[in-house]
Amino acid sequence: MEDTRDLGPADPFLDRSVPSLAPPVRRLRPDRRPVPVPVKPEDDPLIPVRDAAAGPERMRVENLTIRYGGEAAVKDVSLSIHQGQVLALIGPSGCGKTTLLRTLNRLTETTTSATREGDVLLDGEEIEQISVTALRRRIAMVFQQPNPFPMSIFDNVAYAIRVQNAKRPGRREIEHQVVDALRRAGLHDELAGDLDRPALRLSGGQQQRLCIARAIATKPEVLLMDEPCSALDPKSSAIIEDLIAELRRELAVVIVTHNLAQAHRVADKVAFMYLGDLVEYGDVDQVFGAPRAQRTRDYVEGAFG
Amino acid sequence: MVTPVLDRPPAGAAPSPLRPKPKRDSPRDWRWSHRLAFAAAWGCGLALCAVAAAIVGYMGYRGLQYLDLGLLTSRPEASLKQDEAGGILDPVLGTLLLTVLGIGIATPLGVVSAVWLVEYGKPRALARAVESGIEVVAGTPDIVIAIFGLAIFQQSIFAPLSFTASGGGVFGRSFLAAGTMMSLIALPLIFGATREGLLAVGALTREASWALGKTRICTVREVLLPQVRPNIATGAALGMGRIVGDTAIVVVLLGATLQIEPQDGIPGIGLLRGTGSTLTSYVYGASPAGEGNAPQKAYAAAFVLLLIVLLLNAAVDAIARRSSRKAS
Repeated sequence: MEDTRDLGPADPFLDRSVPSLAPPVRRLRPDRRPVPVPVKPEDDPLIPVRDAAAGPERMRVENLTIRYGGEAAVKDVSLSIHQGQVLALIGPSGCGKTTLLRTLNRLTETTTSATREGDVLLDGEEIEQISVTALRRRIAMVFQQPNPFPMSIFDNVAYAIRVQNAKRPGRREIEHQVVDALRRAGLHDELAGDLDRPALRLSGGQQQRLCIARAIATKPEVLLMDEPCSALDPKSSAIIEDLIAELRRELAVVIVTHNLAQAHRVADKVAFMYLGDLVEYGDVDQVFGAPRAQRTRDYVEGAFG
Repeated sequence: MVTPVLDRPPAGAAPSPLRPKPKRDSPRDWRWSHRLAFAAAWGCGLALCAVAAAIVGYMGYRGLQYLDLGLLTSRPEASLKQDEAGGILDPVLGTLLLTVLGIGIATPLGVVSAVWLVEYGKPRALARAVESGIEVVAGTPDIVIAIFGLAIFQQSIFAPLSFTASGGGVFGRSFLAAGTMMSLIALPLIFGATREGLLAVGALTREASWALGKTRICTVREVLLPQVRPNIATGAALGMGRIVGDTAIVVVLLGATLQIEPQDGIPGIGLLRGTGSTLTSYVYGASPAGEGNAPQKAYAAAFVLLLIVLLLNAAVDAIARRSSRKAS
């Protein structure tokens, strides 16, 4: 296997020897080199400005390495996640996209052999310093398979809203929150007010939107989506994509997808990973239109994967 | 341009009578070995049904002949004359009490240990030890459990559980002692059923709950246990069947006294500390095949025993279904 790291210098974001044009950022950890700042679209004449309305930075991943046992699944990845933007993680199977995603809400910790190096910050705070239950209410996740609990639709969303160890709120107290989450997930009108149906009787696309409703019910800052459309038909996928475009107004979205066309449609930023390395990270039009690394070009042109 | 479809009847019309019948998969087209296996499967199923139906039918036929309300509501008496020997009230109550006690102890133990094993299971060595320990209990004959239990409950530390003679000797036989050892008979069944149920719940469901910011224990309580409730019910129903049908523990640890004999003291506690009998020990005592000479009463008692098992199973099933109805 060819070493892909030598491709790094081709990408100014990854090459730490290239001085950044951007203003210096506050050094978060004095004992570390500062994280390279991605070239701003307006500073780079090659990148067309697509969405200048990106919000504040929500999450920052610095030199992140994840190992399962001895083997690194994610190698020295750094990137940032902004509110109002959709970041798509693309790459062939087994390249560490899902591991990276699951690290953001500390789900990799549930795998005993997994170890982590580097930092992941949520609003400037290391995620390990936040209690895991609080963190996962702020960083919600939607999975590949729709996985509603075998309860009623109402109870599925209410389960997410109820705070651990707090007094159990009555149905009336949380009803408006449940309805609001279902409405934001675009599911409420289809249900015609019948929220007591078993969730498992919904169609696949509706179940996935219920999972999205459940995930956004706690008003998270970041929404992680692990191939949310891979088990759905094209029509349901299109509805979910519209929903993602809608949701990114209020939160940051990170989506793992194998579907390059989908990444092109929904994403503002794209990160291409290969064998655990972050090969390329940039605006969607730059990554798809003018990729800097040869491997990215091969992948987006469908040469391998 | 629209091309008319000629060879298709209009929607809703009956199919043409000339059309051949759709081909169905029929055993006649199968290989002979498959046909043989198919016939054997049907044969075994029907034979088992026939055996079960024969037992129930025969017991029902003989039992209903001798069963009447007087028999059910009068207490058994020690008498040589059959018409003075009373009914089966005490054994029926003893059976119910002992079953409730045994299942009441075994269900929480079995469910909690299965949850610990599947959801936590660390350290691995301890988990393996728990698993094989429960397998050992499952393989222990009930008479061994009974004698072992007697040896334990005759220790003076367990004196509050049973009757203490004037010399200070602990009797060691009571509903509490028998119920505790009976729970060991039901425990492996409840444990096994719960463990299988938990293992069948996909990793996705757990992760979905964790990703919503729920702890492991909250996931167990709110998501997993409701899902495995039917499995727990199945285990409990099987365990009940074992407890109701057990005789060795009744004879050794319950005293197998003809009547329920509560100890003095607080009424409820005194009953639990007292001795009694169940329908199985009654059947053994009354049947000519056992120690008695009252086949009619043995038949009636055996039939009542069967009814109790069926009713308990139905009750457990109803409890399990009650709150999982919403799910699907």
